Amino acid sequence: MGKTTAEKIFASHLVDEPFAGTKVLRLDVVMCHEITTPIAIADLMARGKDRIFDPARIKAVIDHVTPSKDTKTATQAKILRDWARRHGVSDFFDVGANGVCHALFPEKGYIRPGYTVIMGDSHTCTHGAFGAFAAGVGTTDLEVGILKGVCAFREPKTIRINLNGSLPKGVYAKDVILFVIGQLGVNGATDRVMEFRGPVVDGMTMESRMTLCNMAIEAGGTSGICMPDMVTVEYLWPFIQNEYPSKDAALAAFNDWRSDDDATYERVLDFDVSNLEPIVTFGYKPDQVKPVSEIAGAPVDQVYLGSCTNGRLEDLRVAARILKGKVIAPTVRGILSPATPQIYKDAMAEGLIDIFMEAGFCVTNPTCGACLGMSNGVLADGEVCASTTNRNFMGRMGKGGMVHLMSPATSAATAIEGKIADPRKYL
Amino acid sequence: MKAFGGPVLFLDRSDINTDEIIPAKYLTEITKADLKPYILEDLKLSGFDPKSEKTASARVIVSRANFGCGSSREHAPWVFEVNGITAVIAESFARIFRQNMFNCGMAAIELSRESIDALFAYSAFSDTSIDVDVENQTLTIRGGGKEESLPFDVSPFDKALVLAGGWVDYADTKY
Repeated sequence: MGKTTAEKIFASHLVDEPFAGTKVLRLDVVMCHEITTPIAIADLMARGKDRIFDPARIKAVIDHVTPSKDTKTATQAKILRDWARRHGVSDFFDVGANGVCHALFPEKGYIRPGYTVIMGDSHTCTHGAFGAFAAGVGTTDLEVGILKGVCAFREPKTIRINLNGSLPKGVYAKDVILFVIGQLGVNGATDRVMEFRGPVVDGMTMESRMTLCNMAIEAGGTSGICMPDMVTVEYLWPFIQNEYPSKDAALAAFNDWRSDDDATYERVLDFDVSNLEPIVTFGYKPDQVKPVSEIAGAPVDQVYLGSCTNGRLEDLRVAARILKGKVIAPTVRGILSPATPQIYKDAMAEGLIDIFMEAGFCVTNPTCGACLGMSNGVLADGEVCASTTNRNFMGRMGKGGMVHLMSPATSAATAIEGKIADPRKYL
Repeated sequence: MKAFGGPVLFLDRSDINTDEIIPAKYLTEITKADLKPYILEDLKLSGFDPKSEKTASARVIVSRANFGCGSSREHAPWVFEVNGITAVIAESFARIFRQNMFNCGMAAIELSRESIDALFAYSAFSDTSIDVDVENQTLTIRGGGKEESLPFDVSPFDKALVLAGGWVDYADTKY
């Protein structure tokens, strides 16, 4: 009987099955940031076990609040920084080199097909875009990962989501994943892997696949997963060219991780996206979605473009195309946070940053800050933000504030009009 | 092993997320104890007051489906722990929250909708309390002069974590 990608990864990484249904896996990458790691470090120190399992397989970044905004965040950064230095973690990214973890680590080539990845961050599911099993965990799982290089999971069943047809103009990966979450509900994939398949995914860039997988957690999913293919090979080629004689050889190796044709799935869902409209959330849960035509005209106070969902170069390109030569509404504050320094530099070289600034956007350094109401764009009570991020929970971007999730294109159109707007008329 | 039981806080809504349990702005605290004042600060629910004596005296939470969804922050179980709440009983949990509870040696107990409804029937009484016996997989609810016991399922691994006092101690002996 055939296996899914997730089943192949579980079988190849199995260290122990202490009880039926619980699998302890060997970890290929343990990623750390300054919000959830310091308490793990403190606990290890208190236990007299300030060690790490392998400095090469630990990646660390200061990204949630950076540069530090106050004494407490400076202390968190210092704890992570001191720990990375103490243990010789060379893949550590500090001010000047840091960016949003789920954009930065893929960009560095750290994630490969077949890998197991954990981080103390729910959006770790992003990295499944490479054909990896990548799961967000809490600080205790992270602590054990750091110390022992293992993590325990209930082996998840897989939901296969076939995305058929072709994406219409003005509709992107973000609209697709919001639509899928609307169909599944916020706990429709709990303890499940969401495997994204079909011609629409095959035609997507790695950036778009990361946007899809990034929001698997918003349906409760453990990991998003896309099949590795030549797009994956091309993206990783600068990092793997010494490991394989040719791209075809790399592809052949990656193909081993693809789900078998006769793999069994818990559910198979088919969606034709050909008639999909741009999608926007309207409430306080990510499954509360509407086509943009049903919510257009709702006023917003701030437009935020960035995050691990949609702060990548292709996102900036789409938004800049709409904003070029235009000025955002005077009632709106526009904030752009390119997700990594490389994205920022590439956007500058392409002239995108000029377009954003001439339109009236504030361009901040790469950081998670505003997405979770920590820094760089926090809302006041009663304010509304049109955002390319991933969570619209009440107060998420600031106590009493509301968030409408949408694509970079829809956010750009919204910035121009000062109210939720259909991007298709600008394309 | 931690003790599980005492007065109950009923939170009658599905999809209570970890931002509601502990807002992100408090994630800059670097000790668990410092989280204590902020428990459930952003939860807007009719009749619920995070600063009430009822919240302060609670040792068990009973809620609905998909409890603890959203962020992976273990600060959510920690803010319960430092407030004396060591068990959450719900129709279902988000995966990361559920595992975080067991990893800390605490209990996240799933019951059928019918059983959760039966527990909520006790929310009318001011003296309601629940004892959770993880080893024997039984909980007992008392209130308004009534008492019932309900069996529950817990995976053998999660049970072992509770008995070991959490995942770090368990993993450190074994791996």
